[in-house]
Amino acid sequence: MNCRSEVLEVSVEGRQVDEAMLALLHTILLHRSTGKFHYKKEGTYSIGTVGTQDIDCDYIDFSFVRVSSDELDRVIRKAVGEFKDAMGNGTDGMGQISLEFYQKKKSRWPFSDECIPWEVWSIKVNVVNLANEQERQICREKVGEKLGEKVINIVEVINQHEYLPKMPTQSEVDNVFDTSLKDVQPYLYKITFQITDTLGTSVSTTMRRLIKDTLAL
Amino acid sequence: MMDSDLSPQDKKDLDKFIKFFALKTVQVIVQARLGEKVCTRSLSSPTGSDWFNLAIKDIPEVTHEAKKALSGQLPGIGRSMCVEISLKTSEGDSMELETWCLEMNEKCDKDIKVSYTVYNRLSLLLKSLLAITRVTPAYKLSRKQGHDYVILYRFVFLYTDKCYHYFDRQFERTAPIMGIIIDHFVERPFGNMGHMRPCNYRAPGEDEGAYNGVEDSQEVCTTSFSTSPPSQMGIPGKEGGVPQQVPVQPCHGAQAEHGRVSSCPPADHVPATPSSSGEGAETLSRSIEVKGVSPCDVLETTFTRKVGAFVNKPGTQVTTASLDLPFAAFAPRAYDLEENDPMVQPPESPATSSPLQGSLHSQGSGESGGPAQDDFVMVDFKPAFSKDDLLPMDLGTFYREFQNPPQLASLTIDVSSQSMAEDLDSLPEKLAVYEKNIDEFDAFVDTLQ
Repeated sequence: MNCRSEVLEVSVEGRQVDEAMLALLHTILLHRSTGKFHYKKEGTYSIGTVGTQDIDCDYIDFSFVRVSSDELDRVIRKAVGEFKDAMGNGTDGMGQISLEFYQKKKSRWPFSDECIPWEVWSIKVNVVNLANEQERQICREKVGEKLGEKVINIVEVINQHEYLPKMPTQSEVDNVFDTSLKDVQPYLYKITFQITDTLGTSVSTTMRRLIKDTLAL
Repeated sequence: MMDSDLSPQDKKDLDKFIKFFALKTVQVIVQARLGEKVCTRSLSSPTGSDWFNLAIKDIPEVTHEAKKALSGQLPGIGRSMCVEISLKTSEGDSMELETWCLEMNEKCDKDIKVSYTVYNRLSLLLKSLLAITRVTPAYKLSRKQGHDYVILYRFVFLYTDKCYHYFDRQFERTAPIMGIIIDHFVERPFGNMGHMRPCNYRAPGEDEGAYNGVEDSQEVCTTSFSTSPPSQMGIPGKEGGVPQQVPVQPCHGAQAEHGRVSSCPPADHVPATPSSSGEGAETLSRSIEVKGVSPCDVLETTFTRKVGAFVNKPGTQVTTASLDLPFAAFAPRAYDLEENDPMVQPPESPATSSPLQGSLHSQGSGESGGPAQDDFVMVDFKPAFSKDDLLPMDLGTFYREFQNPPQLASLTIDVSSQSMAEDLDSLPEKLAVYEKNIDEFDAFVDTLQ
């Protein structure tokens, strides 16, 4: 099975990074979350109800819908906050934050469980610095429009049904879903990010070069 | 899913899913245009009443209107459930913002199960709709509605095989997202603005009438909505206020502007009131009763002419039928009013008290052809601001002589009955004459410069 990979690109101002990332990640997670499963006897199960919430952005002319789950929101905000800190405050730069949905495949001892991604969303972010308030106002509107286009892209991709993990039995539900939350149940996911400095090189590449140079001395 | 491959139980389930999907779809769209943020809670334990495992509230009026529009039918191939969102200003101007159409295409996935995969895909589609409705430009407009404008909605059930060509002509079709075609800021494809409902909502606490499980609710919605917000909208009598209890008529076909006649059921019980559509007062007051919604029906019109000042005769009432003429309201009738109108044909004067008056009136009476009236008392016609009555052509004489000018040829029935084709045929001749005399015209233009 091939993992489906989608790339989204946005250019934002420094203070818009949080909201732009939250908007896109929550839109994806809205489609990849279900209600809590309640297994009954005879292999049947019932599903809880997913609520939704409208969120208005402060720095972008944009509103989006997220799952009504404060726990999930806290997890996503924490990841986005770390990404923004890594990007640096108020500086130009490029970075990429990835939301990866995966399945766990049990392996025999001594091997650890294997994580097999089945869908990866990569959001490339280009942070720009703006000189004056007029540019910022224009940026508010333009970024809002861009995010709207990205939401439509996400929706179009998700509705082209390709692969979704099969609904698991009760014993295997933790291999497919994140059952740690009380109110909703997203598919197993992880968020990673990668920062690129203004020279276009990634931080990891720079570190590797430094170490090599040090060893060469 | 091909209907022929489904078991009876699957077919029944599918129809039920489609029905409730359509009802939830319209709820999502209308609630997204209420102007307020929507927030529903996630519930870890299933309640059994939340279709597609999504917490979408049911506004009873919206459900009621949607069911009436569906009229027992379901969206399908060639049958589209449409939600029209429009904006109406406090001055009465309106503009359509977007139209959401729910329909099915012919793609078929035979390997999936109705009760599981189809249900989950419909749930996914509703989530997509929740996301998309916040992204279109109409969302921002709806969030700012209030003083200056309100957002209205209307449901229409269309047979899209009859009007696909209309949609293609009118606007660019975006790629459907599994059956949802999104078009916004387009010209209005439907008829008049009647039957539009406001996107407003009473404050929380009102009984919303949620569904009881999977059973169809039998409750009839009698809830009326106040203007929203009440302190700002104060336009009584307009559509932005309390919604009129006018049912939305399901239209089996498009009321397309290219002239296709829809086979709408007659709306004899729903009178059209021109005053509510914003027509201003006219010098010719008229009342129109529409006997049917089909444009083929003959319109019966009653004209009541307002009586002018100083006129003793009462206003004449005329009834006409089969108004095929353009500007028919301004055309004289066959049984012309002129013959009876005292302003046009003054009655013969009785014996005058002075030679001067006699000479004036005899001049005037020579032109008249109306019947003599013995009890008529002639009053000297002394126009205001007239300097001297003794001059040969004073203002009064001038007025009397020219108050009955000949009718313009273009307004007579005979001339207007000339066909358009004849007019067009005579055009080349006229053009040839003008071309022949082009030097004269050029010389005339030069004199003006």
